[in-house]
Parts: sequence; structure tokens; C-alpha cells
Amino acid sequence: MVEILEGLKAAFWLVVTFDAELWEISLRSLRVTLTALLIASLIAIPLGTFLAVQRFRYRRFVISLINALMGLPPVVVGLVVYILLSRSGPFGVLNLLFTPTAMIIAQVIIITPVIASIAHQSMRELWAEYHDLLISLNTSKRQRILTLIWDGRRNLLTAALAGFGRAIGEVGAIMIVGGNIDHVTRVLTTAIALETGKGDFALALGLGFVLIGLAIMVNLAIHTLSQTEREGRW
Amino acid sequence: MIRGFLTFFVTIWATVSTADEMRMAVTTSFDSSGLADVLLPAIKEDLDLDVQLLVVGTGQALRLGQAGDVDAVLVHSKAAEEAFVAAGHGTHRREIMYNDFVLIGPATDAAGLAGATSAADAMQRIAGAQPLFVSRGDDSGTHKAELAVWAQAGFDVGAFGNWYREVGAGMGQALNTAAAMDAYVLSDRASWLNFANKARLALLYSGDPALFNQYAYLPVDPNKNDNVRHDLAIKLETWLTGPRAEALINGYAINDETLFVFNATHD
Amino acid sequence: MTQMFPLTLQQVLVRRRGKVVIGPTDLVLRPAGPTIIIGPNGSGKTTLLRVMHGIERVTDGAVKWQHDDPSQHAFVFQSPIVLRRSVTENLAYPLRLIKTPKPEIAKAVDYWLDRIGLSENRNGPATRLSGGERQKLAIARALIRKPQVLFLDEPCANLDGHTTREIETLLQETTAGGTRLVMSTHDMGQARRLARDLVFMLHGKVHDGGDAEAVFTRPKTKELAAFLRGDIVT
Repeated sequence: MVEILEGLKAAFWLVVTFDAELWEISLRSLRVTLTALLIASLIAIPLGTFLAVQRFRYRRFVISLINALMGLPPVVVGLVVYILLSRSGPFGVLNLLFTPTAMIIAQVIIITPVIASIAHQSMRELWAEYHDLLISLNTSKRQRILTLIWDGRRNLLTAALAGFGRAIGEVGAIMIVGGNIDHVTRVLTTAIALETGKGDFALALGLGFVLIGLAIMVNLAIHTLSQTEREGRW
Repeated sequence: MIRGFLTFFVTIWATVSTADEMRMAVTTSFDSSGLADVLLPAIKEDLDLDVQLLVVGTGQALRLGQAGDVDAVLVHSKAAEEAFVAAGHGTHRREIMYNDFVLIGPATDAAGLAGATSAADAMQRIAGAQPLFVSRGDDSGTHKAELAVWAQAGFDVGAFGNWYREVGAGMGQALNTAAAMDAYVLSDRASWLNFANKARLALLYSGDPALFNQYAYLPVDPNKNDNVRHDLAIKLETWLTGPRAEALINGYAINDETLFVFNATHD
Repeated sequence: MTQMFPLTLQQVLVRRRGKVVIGPTDLVLRPAGPTIIIGPNGSGKTTLLRVMHGIERVTDGAVKWQHDDPSQHAFVFQSPIVLRRSVTENLAYPLRLIKTPKPEIAKAVDYWLDRIGLSENRNGPATRLSGGERQKLAIARALIRKPQVLFLDEPCANLDGHTTREIETLLQETTAGGTRLVMSTHDMGQARRLARDLVFMLHGKVHDGGDAEAVFTRPKTKELAAFLRGDIVT
């Protein structure tokens, strides 16, 4: 119990004094996760929507596969990406290991199935609703996908935020592919792991509270920007 | 408001370019000691070199060296280091400094280590009293040192009962577990001094040369791939075995206790 | 504009999950309308309309137009489908699909908003409209591209008398304007008011029909006579 109070105090102190290291790792956390979120959404949302409107032979299998991939242990993803990006590995020439880019790659792999699965579910429901009308109006496949994405944007945002949540708290994969190098690839979650390992629970909790605060702020910002609570528009 | 957000995003994406860079894999116990915080700025000053430290277990450090993903390795496990060089992964092995391991346990000291006359004697007392004992269990340098000390006293840990707990984790984690369980544990002195959560634990035995912990520097073989910065690794090695490093290492203290003893031979 | 009618259904059969829904049956629709389809529940009126419109495929048989042009069809569903957008956006949608220039869209939307009495509500979400308002919106949306043929599936089911009258007036204007109506209904009064010719369906087949005047005064089959009397026909 004492540690939790100590943690809150530590968090408060770090924020109020604009602790330079805290700034650095927080910005890096946001940079890695938001970039991964953007890339993953650009892949997952059209994919989820396409799977909702297009019938093809292995569709049910693909959908099940994506749902299953949501359960991929992040550490395993990290190991695989490490092996691929290692200098002795196939993509070693790209020199991406132990850089924020490698962390982004790992996180994209982890969160794309999450976003795609949720997006697919809501697009499927919306498609069921719009199906007769859009076919009756002679729409092309592209027009259908765009209409669904636009009209379903609020649910797609939820899907994206689910991906954000998964990514911002992730530590296993980025620890392996990033290396937690001070001033280069250290982020909030890996710093928390480090401090926990050193036994400094108060600082670790403090960083944890900062992380939670950051996640809340991002969610609030996105909801404000998209005016989801404004009466009548949606 | 939109402009504010855009500025924010641009800020977090901006990156800073750096000077000469090399990557070194080091053990968690080295990082826990805090010595890196003293050495790295001095290295930057003298050599304009950014040393990126990957803090991992001894096993993983050597594995990274083997893959050629780092330019040098600094660990404390002689047998593993010699095997590393013999296999051709490293060019040579250079001793830099040593610290020592200490036996930690609950202040009540059920095993009576306070009166031990040697490391072997201490281990015999523990094996006799069978109090809870936490082992790293992660094939790290510290773990191997612990096994060596048991072996020297004539014990095979495989035969130990339930009182011997392998946690498979780093030093800080192991100390946390020992603190929570009121158990005995073998730790490196630096980690112990830096450990913030001592609870009811105390330092019970130290000083036997059998508990000395030698750190060695291994430059990775440049033939592994085109990216290994062997030149920088050698540059760093020269500095680490030079006078400034000697002064900094010998002078490094926690609560007025020095931790390391510089023992590199000059070129 | 090329004349699409006559529409000929030849031995049309629709089977779903092993069960025959309509057919085999024949029907010819000539250029002049409106055609009203009547018949007991489950007689296949909805499926017949959908097959004629082309949003449902026949299992066997042929649907032959004199000259088919899918862009000249429109369909109003029994339960109105509205897009999750504003009323204006709903009306504009079909025109946007065919890349109509903005000023023309604005003009058409203004006209129809006024015509169906939803000008006040123009920027509100269409999902907040009442059942009657939604159906009027659906009809306006169907007519905004000036189709040659408009199919309606029991458009006034569940609507109050006032709204029904408004819709019937609208439909009469539409017929006068040159659009061919093909509509199903449960309301015999409505059939009498609107039909030029009638199609009577029973057990998935076209059972009887012909010129409205003739059918109401001298029904050919006893089932139709019973149905017109108000008996339950099985």
C-alpha cells in the first residue's frame, strides 16, 4: 500500500518538475505507439471492411485466423522480429534492430489483428443494414467500402483506440527488438520493467501512473477531435 | 486546436542525429551497479563516442555477440567468455575489473553465516540449516558463480529440496523475491548496495576470494558482417584499460563503499 | 431514353434452402402502369418484386426486359433503410454516386426536402425520423435520380392514414411524371385507388390478374374472388 502512495507522489513530482528523462521516454512512447497505430489502422480497417463485403472461398477461415492472431503473445512476436532483423538474419542489411523503427514494426504486427477484428465485426453489422440499399443503388465495391467506412467511422475509431491501448502498454516485444537502450529505445513500459527489476517499485509505479495518464489524455483528445459526444451529429 | 495537435505530433516525430555510435551488450548486474552512468559521459567526452548499452542477461549478451548484433560484450563469466572466443565469435578476452559477490539473508540469520570462516563454510552452513534460498536460475554470470561456489563446497544443487528456489530472473527481481520471502541469496555487491527494497535483509558474509567476480571485455569478430564496428570496439577497449577509466572505476563508490577494483593490464 | 418495358418473366423459379419460394410462374408487364401486386402473406410478393428489380437471382427461368438499364431502376423497401447520416446527405447520396455536379445536387435536394416536408429537419440525423418520415425520405431518395421504374414493397404498411395519403399523392404525381410503378400492397383500398392493372399472387405463383377495373368487378378465379371479398385464402 505504501508503495502505491509513494508511486503517486513520484508520478506527481516527475510531472511537476518537467523531468527531462520522463519527457524523453514519454514522447518516445507516443511516437512509437501512434506511428504503429496509424500504420496498423491503414492496413486493418480496409482489410476488415473488405472481409465484410466480399465473399470468397476462404473468407471464414481468414476471419477466424485474424481473430486467433489477436491472441499472439507479444514476446513471441518480438522474438520472431528480432530473428528477422538481426544482422545475422534475412533483413539484417536494413540495420533496423534496436531502433524505434523495429519497435514500430513489432507493434504493428501485434495490433493489426486486434483492429481488423473489431473493425470487421462492426462493418459486418453495418453491411447487413445497408446491404439491400447499396446493391439496389448499383454501387461499385469501392463505393460500398468507402460508404461503410465513413458511416461506421465512430466504431472504427473504437477499434483503433483498442489497438492503441494494446500498444501503449506493450513491453515484451519492444524490449527484445528495441533493447531498452537509454536515450535511444527506452520507453515508458521498458523503463517500468527496468525499475521493477532494480527493486525501485515506487519509481516504477510512478512511471506507470504517468503512462495511464498519457493513455487517458490521448483517448480524450481523440474523442474531442472527433466530437463523438456532441448531440445530434452522429 | 488542430494546429496545436499538429505541432505536438511534429515534435514527437523529430529525431536527433548522433556522433560515432557503437553497441555493447552488458549484464544486468553491471547496469545495476550504476558504474555506466559514470563511465559513459566520460567516454563521450574523451572519444566523442556514444556507447549504446543493451542490458540483458549474460546468456543473451553472448547470443547477441554471436549474431553480430552488437560490437562488444562485457560480462562476468570466464568459462562462457573463453568458449565465446574459442568459437570465433569474439577476437579476444580482456579483463577490466572485478567486484565481489556477497551472501545476503534475513538479519535473524538462521544459518549462522555471521560466524563463517570461508565461502565453502558459509555454503555448508546454509545447506545444513536449509533456510529459504533464492537462486537466479537464469544461466547468468551470477548464477554460474553461485553454482561454482556450491560446487566448491561439495554440493550439487540438483539434489537440494524445496528450500532452494530458482526464480529465473534478474538480480533486482531475485533480491525482491528474497526480501519478500525472507530468504538467503547470493548477489553482486553493487546490486545489493543499489537495491532499494532491503526489507529485513542484511549482508551476512563476504570477503573470500572465491567470491570475486571478474568482468571481461570481448570485442565481437568483425568478420560476422559489415556492420560490426570493430574499430570503435578497440578504441573503447583502449580507453577502458587506460588511466582515466582506472581512476573512475577505482573511485566509484556507493555510500562511501567502493565496488570495483580495476585490474586490466596496460597495453 | 429507351423504353425498358415490356418485362417478361418466363418460368421463373426461386428456391431458397431447398424450398421453393416462387414459381415456376410467368408474367408480362406492359409499358403503362401502375401495377399493383396483391395476395395473402407469404404468397411471394416481395420476392417477385426483388427478382424484377434484380437484387435477387432466379434459380431457374428468365427475367427479360425489352431493354434493361440498372440505373433506371429504384426500389423502396417495406422497412425503410436510411443511411446513418443527415436527411440531406441521404437524399444527396444517390446523386453523389453518379458524380452529379454539386449545384444540381443542391437543387434536387432542396426540391425534394420541400416536397416531402422535411426542410426543417434537413441537417438532423435521418435515424431520428419517425417511420412515416423515413419512408417518405426513402421514396424521395429513390426518385431523385428520376428512374424509369420504381418498385415498392408494401410502402405504407405500418403507417398512419395521414402519411399514407401523402405517399399516395406522391406516387400519383410520380406516375403522372412518367415513372412506371410496380408495387405490392396489403391494403385493398390502396389497390383500388392506385392500380391500372393488378397481379394476384397465390402460393408463389401469379394466379390471376389483369386490368384493374375488370379484376375488381369480374374476377376470373374463385380464389381471387374470395380474396377480394376479404376471405382468408389458403
